[in-house]
Amino acid sequence: MCTYLTKRLEVVGSGKGATGWMRVTSASVYLDHPAHAPADHTLNVDLLNPALGPAARVALELEPQSARQLAEAILEMLAAETVTPAA
Amino acid sequence: MDESIRAGVVEIEGHGGDQIQAYFAEPLESGSRPGMVVIHHMPGLDRQTKETVRRFAAQGYFAISPNLYWREAPGAEPDDAAAAARARGGVPDERLVGDVAGAADFLRARPSASGKVGVIGYCSGGRQAVLAACHLPLQAAVDCYGAFVVGQPPEGFPIPISNLTAQLPDLGCPLLGLFGEEDQHPSPAETAELDALLTGHGKQHEFTTYPGAGHAFFAVDRPSYRPEAAVDGWGRIFAFLSRTLEG
Repeated sequence: MCTYLTKRLEVVGSGKGATGWMRVTSASVYLDHPAHAPADHTLNVDLLNPALGPAARVALELEPQSARQLAEAILEMLAAETVTPAA
Repeated sequence: MDESIRAGVVEIEGHGGDQIQAYFAEPLESGSRPGMVVIHHMPGLDRQTKETVRRFAAQGYFAISPNLYWREAPGAEPDDAAAAARARGGVPDERLVGDVAGAADFLRARPSASGKVGVIGYCSGGRQAVLAACHLPLQAAVDCYGAFVVGQPPEGFPIPISNLTAQLPDLGCPLLGLFGEEDQHPSPAETAELDALLTGHGKQHEFTTYPGAGHAFFAVDRPSYRPEAAVDGWGRIFAFLSRTLEG
C-alpha cells in the first residue's frame, strides 16, 4: 500500500549527503515503499535542506525492527545524564 | 507488429499553463494510434514508470508520463523529487487533473493520433487515474490498486487527499480495476464498495481481485511482485484498451 502517512518536523543539525556536509532544517518520517531497500515497506527518514534543493537530502530506508532499535538507541543516548541539551 | 519505438523527455503544458517535463514514447511505425497517460506512483517518475511507458509504446500506443513533481524538484533524481514533494504535502488533486489534461492534449496533438486517450496509474496513481477520469474527456481508465478511491484516510493525514465517492457520478469512461486480495489499501471490502457504487451510478467497470497477491503485485523489483497476477493483469489491461481505445 501507499500509506501516505508522513510526519514532518523542523530539525537543527547537519547531515552528509551526495555532495558532502550540509545543514539540515527539516525531516520527513514515513512508513512507505522504499526506493532502494528490498522490502515492500520500510521506515524512511529524509533529512532535508529545501533551500539547497531536492538533492540536499540524507535518506534512510530501514526495516521496521531496525528503525525501532535505532529509535530506542537514540532515546537511550539522549537520556544519559551526560548529555546537556543546547540552549 | 514492428515494436521499434522512440522514447525520451519532452516538455508539456501542465496545470495552470506550467511547463513541466514528461517522459514520452511512440512507435516508429506510422499509423493512427490511441494514447495512454501513465501516472507515476509516489516514488516518482522512476525507471519502472519509464519502462511502463515504453511498454505501451511497443504495444502500439503513444504513451506519456508527466513528472508530477517537476514543480517541486525540476531536474532532480526521482527519489529526491518524491521526498521533496512529500515534504511539501504531495500533489494537489486539482493540479493532477491539470497535468493529466496537458499530457492527454500532447498525445492528441501527435499528427497520427486517433484522438482516443486512456489513463493508467499504480498505487497512488491508481486513485489519480480514477480522479482524472472523473474530470477529463478520456476513453478508458485503469486503476491498479489505488487506495482511498473509497474509504477514509486516517485522521491527521498530512497529505491532503480525500476519497472520490462524491466524484464517481462524473466518471466519464469505462474503468478497469486490478486489485490484490491481501491488500489493505485498498482492501477487498473497499473495492467491493467501489464496485457497488459504480454499479449504482450505471458506470461500466471490470474488476479483478487476485488471490495470493497484495499491493504492488505488478512491481517486478519488489518482494510484492506476483508473476501470475501481473501477467494476467497485463493481459486484461491490453484487452480492455483494445476494446475501449482501438474500436
